[in-house]
Amino acid sequence: MTESTMKAPKKALRPVKWMRENLFSGWFNTALTLAVAYLLVTSVGPLLNWFFLDANFVGSDASDCTGAGACWLFISQRLNFFIYGFYPDELQWRVDTMFLLLAVAFVPQFVERFPGRKWLGLFGIFGLPVVGYFLIPGGTFGLEEVQSSKWGGLMLTLILAYIGIIASLPIGILLALGRRSDMPIIRGICVVFIEVWRAVPLITVLFMASVMLPLFLPEGVNFEKLARALIGITLWQSAYMAEVIRGGLQAIPRGQYEAADALGLGYWRKMGLVILPQALKMVIPGIVNTFISLFKDTTLVLIIGLFDILGTVQSTVTDPAWQNVAIEGYVFVAFCFWVFCFGISRYSQNLERKLDTGHKT
Amino acid sequence: MKKQTIDTRPAGPKPWNDPRVRSLFFQAIAIAFVFWGGWVLVDNTLSNMESRGISTGFGFLNETAGFGIIMNLVPYDATMSYGRTFWVGLTNTLLVSAMGVVAATILGFIIGVARLSSNWLVAKMALVYIEVIRNIPLLLQIFFWYFAVLSNLPSPRQSVDVGGALFLNNRGLYLPEPLTQEGFGIVWGGILLAIAAVVGIRIWAKKRQLATGQIFPTFKVGVAILVVVPLVSYLVAGSPIEWDIPALKGFNFGGGITIIPELAALWIALSLYTASFIAEIVRSGILSVSKGQTEASKALGLPNGLTLRLVVIPQAMRVIIPPLTSQYLNLVKNSSLATAIGYPDLVAVFMGTTLNQTGQAVEVVAITMAVYLTISLLISLFMNIYNRAVAIKER
Repeated sequence: MTESTMKAPKKALRPVKWMRENLFSGWFNTALTLAVAYLLVTSVGPLLNWFFLDANFVGSDASDCTGAGACWLFISQRLNFFIYGFYPDELQWRVDTMFLLLAVAFVPQFVERFPGRKWLGLFGIFGLPVVGYFLIPGGTFGLEEVQSSKWGGLMLTLILAYIGIIASLPIGILLALGRRSDMPIIRGICVVFIEVWRAVPLITVLFMASVMLPLFLPEGVNFEKLARALIGITLWQSAYMAEVIRGGLQAIPRGQYEAADALGLGYWRKMGLVILPQALKMVIPGIVNTFISLFKDTTLVLIIGLFDILGTVQSTVTDPAWQNVAIEGYVFVAFCFWVFCFGISRYSQNLERKLDTGHKT
Repeated sequence: MKKQTIDTRPAGPKPWNDPRVRSLFFQAIAIAFVFWGGWVLVDNTLSNMESRGISTGFGFLNETAGFGIIMNLVPYDATMSYGRTFWVGLTNTLLVSAMGVVAATILGFIIGVARLSSNWLVAKMALVYIEVIRNIPLLLQIFFWYFAVLSNLPSPRQSVDVGGALFLNNRGLYLPEPLTQEGFGIVWGGILLAIAAVVGIRIWAKKRQLATGQIFPTFKVGVAILVVVPLVSYLVAGSPIEWDIPALKGFNFGGGITIIPELAALWIALSLYTASFIAEIVRSGILSVSKGQTEASKALGLPNGLTLRLVVIPQAMRVIIPPLTSQYLNLVKNSSLATAIGYPDLVAVFMGTTLNQTGQAVEVVAITMAVYLTISLLISLFMNIYNRAVAIKER
């Protein structure tokens, strides 16, 4: 070895170098790092204790929650209520079947090259609502009927979000096309519809659906509370959906419209075969984002007296049989929502990367 | 004999193939459909209301309301009219929205910048905050703060006491209230004078900088003037403020300003939730400014602070403003979740209690929706004006 050749830098020094660059560059960063680290260290310990070490997992009622930590017993004891609401125990296999079908249809979407992935997805969008329509309320095919007032918990949350999104997509497409139409009157109607729904909070829409809808309908015609909430959610959501899709329509270059015209395609074939397939693909992330926000907003139905997952938890934490379990309940609901929303948003980011065909600049 | 003219133009399309005729036809159908639908709705509603004995019209606004409201910014008691409940609800909505917008903006900008920090720990903490908070429903967060945190505070007798003037318990936060005494006009005069002086100095400094290139420390001098002049006038007028300090009377506190827990829970939840969205907007705005801009400004010899203030932020704002506007709109709309915890906002008071008592659903819902529509349009109008001011000026 000659004097002029330098030794490779020692590997062991890398973490030190990394820390010096990323944590302790300058007095300000050092102070910041120390402050944040102090906060982390002092808060992680008690949190871990509360969540796991001092928490109670086994037992049968509130008196078994003796430790200083969380009372997870409360969740495990009431889990059935949080998932199915008042759905009769012996009929819950119907809901379980729907959960299973939902998983079968959508879990493979995360796995690339899963055989028949596309068909499962299409079944999830078109077939699942039909199966659910017969299975969950029952009343046909010899299935015992279950009133919608007995539905609740996670199941109701999923039903609201699922129907909301499936129904608002076609309405949103029509509204977006209407807003981009050449006919001034059609355009005006769509603009007013979209802007009015978008400007008002969902609560007022739900109130309107539950208070005013019965007034609007002819005498004798009446919907259940759930159906009224669904109508409100769908109309409100379709306005948001329309704006997302309009973004996609506007991003399609003029040449595509003109080329479709030049081929002699009529309006619907031009839109259906040329424009919409490109536009919808472009706005999939936006659609997923509206879906996530709709999913979170379904919690609002508890204000008009439906028992979604937050509603069931809220009604249980005020139950005198369980004392001071509010935090446990909220943490449980937060965790459920967080897993769904975070998972979906990660999936949409993947999709965005995969569908990126380089049309954007 | 007349010469016969022969029309050599090709025959136009058949009327049912003519795009103009078709368009007119479809629009006529659309109009007819809308009018028919509207007429059916109105007809159904009127006959339904008649059969249920609900009166129509806005006369109910002058009737006595007869219910109490736990918080009012405009004077109110149970003997006042339903019209007054509308104003109480509206001012409460506007109050929590304004508080939320300010807090969410400050917090959102701090977290957005922290997300881009060169400090690994700080950047990761900001990321965790954003990903946790924005994936949890707002209503759940409001419940958490109200039912799990604020209602577990000590009772009034065991309140947290800060310096004998500020008290915190499960009934709310009690602050001393400044009561202006005689002679406070002098202080107002001082404040106005200071503002006028700062504006004047700013104009003069800008003119001088354009003419000579010399920079005047407007900011430091301005702050000094804004602090010193009102303070001097306050002392000259003989300290014309008395503090109404809250004190324990019986089971609860009296005097001072009370921030009720409903307002606090709503405010905290709205601010934290919206801040997580604003942080992402701020981050993408700052990232959208190309590195060349920063490098060019460094090459011109501008220090870091000036680079940020004169080069990066003005360009980032162009990207930030439009989505920020829609976040503000969302915040105002989300403030209606107040009704879930009983904060007396517009929806809870007017669309809740007033509607239940009068039964006049159509009028009440229409007024409430009109209010939100107006607020939305006003916010977008102001933000559009601001956006135009900061938008890129192209040739």
